[in-house]
Amino acid sequence: MPKYLLLKHYNGGPAPIGNHGPMTGWAPEDVTAHLDAQRRIGDELRASGEFIDAQALAPTGSYVRFGGPDAAPVTDGPFPEAKELIAGWYLVDVDSEARALEIAAHVSSAPGRGGRPLYEWIEVRPVLEDVPATDQA
Amino acid sequence: MSPLDPLLVRDLAPRALGVLVRRGCGFAAAEDAVQEAVIEASVRWPGDGVPRDPLAWLVTVAHRRHLDAVRSDAARHRRERAALDEPVPGPTEQADDTLQLLFLCCHPSLSPSSAVALTLRAVGGLTTREIAEAFLVPEATMAQRISRAKRTLGDARFDRPGDPAAVLRVLYLVFTAGYAGRVDLVAEAIRLTRQLRTGVRDPEVDGLLALMLLHHARAAARLNRHGDLVPLDRQDRSRWDTAEIAEGVAVLQAALARGRHGEYQVQAAIAALHDDAATAAETDWPQILAWYDELIALRPDNPVVALNRAVAVGEVDGPLVALRELDAVAGRLRGHHRLAAVRAHLTERAGDRVAAARLYAQAAAGATTVAERDHLTRQAARLGQD
Repeated sequence: MPKYLLLKHYNGGPAPIGNHGPMTGWAPEDVTAHLDAQRRIGDELRASGEFIDAQALAPTGSYVRFGGPDAAPVTDGPFPEAKELIAGWYLVDVDSEARALEIAAHVSSAPGRGGRPLYEWIEVRPVLEDVPATDQA
Repeated sequence: MSPLDPLLVRDLAPRALGVLVRRGCGFAAAEDAVQEAVIEASVRWPGDGVPRDPLAWLVTVAHRRHLDAVRSDAARHRRERAALDEPVPGPTEQADDTLQLLFLCCHPSLSPSSAVALTLRAVGGLTTREIAEAFLVPEATMAQRISRAKRTLGDARFDRPGDPAAVLRVLYLVFTAGYAGRVDLVAEAIRLTRQLRTGVRDPEVDGLLALMLLHHARAAARLNRHGDLVPLDRQDRSRWDTAEIAEGVAVLQAALARGRHGEYQVQAAIAALHDDAATAAETDWPQILAWYDELIALRPDNPVVALNRAVAVGEVDGPLVALRELDAVAGRLRGHHRLAAVRAHLTERAGDRVAAARLYAQAAAGATTVAERDHLTRQAARLGQD
């Protein structure tokens, strides 16, 4: 069955809605409510038999690339928290793309500052399978 | 002391489950009871030896476990349950127990993924771990999917005849999923379809079996040693399994002779014509096109059929005619990942290499498998070279 990666873009995405600011600026109970919602979504996906993986990412990271023959790798950063950051992801195995979109919209409704829905943009990316089922037109 | 033979368990457990369900135990409870009996067998048989009639042993133990469960349930709820599900005495096994089980597992109330998982577990006798590996999901997720499916069926009993079309859809899904994972689901799909065929006389069942055999016959040639996809016209046909082709053709011919054509028979007929050509150049495209016309009449709602038909039109009437026909159905195929790939192929044959390269690149971006993406990327790169 098809797999989809649901990327949480936090404040990023096509047209950011309702800037909730960094979570460190929220009231503690709002942070708790948000994190509880993430756990609940994970539990719901486990219960529905659609869960593969969920991870949260640290907000900052560094860049690294091959430095060329006989040269050390080139690193850059770490950069301060960018406006557009990937906060984490859910990886799901579902019956249809429609179901993946439904889950993504649900993820987006998690509470943010003041308990208002975050309206976070969730990027839905299909995971490629290995090989097609048939070789014939 | 040798461990329990997993193949023996795989064969016996679904049959024991079929017996319990036929005797009137609810599906979910019966499945639990059979699992407990299998665990007991795994403890006792290696020491005591396998009983003379291992199926009867499993049925007896599973049934005892089922009654224990029902009784404790009843006690817990402090109420009498009608007849405590005491079974109607009957023979250990009837030939169609497994088939009834198959119909139950492919029940229309289940989502496709649930029906597939439950069928492989309850009828195929695969372990939850094996099914999880086949679909590349965590074992806990697959266990949950199966247990939800069991709950959905609840205490479903055999009160109505099943729908063969629903079973065929599930078996076809198992077959197509078989190429992705590490567990041999293709062999499993073929085995289950053969089982279905022993009890259901429907030419579409034969059609599906033939379709599976005629596709599977090419399995050794469809990937090269790097694991890259080899298109049909480039495959080393000496590596096709001629015995499997012969069986597929025989099954198909007998089915077609009964004069009730359906989509699986027609798809098998198309596969047979490909398999029948000693070289790609000898492919009987006019006849393939005729079968596509019949397939479109059977499935007018499925635009993918029109897409595949366009390839045949390209071979019979030339790429320009095919491209025009594709334009006519393109609206219904918007967003389908193979539309650009077919257009690219036809456009290259029509001589426009620049446009073909662009279409191949577009097709690669929309591919749903790594093998297709790599193949289409190489096609685009090949045309972009000059």
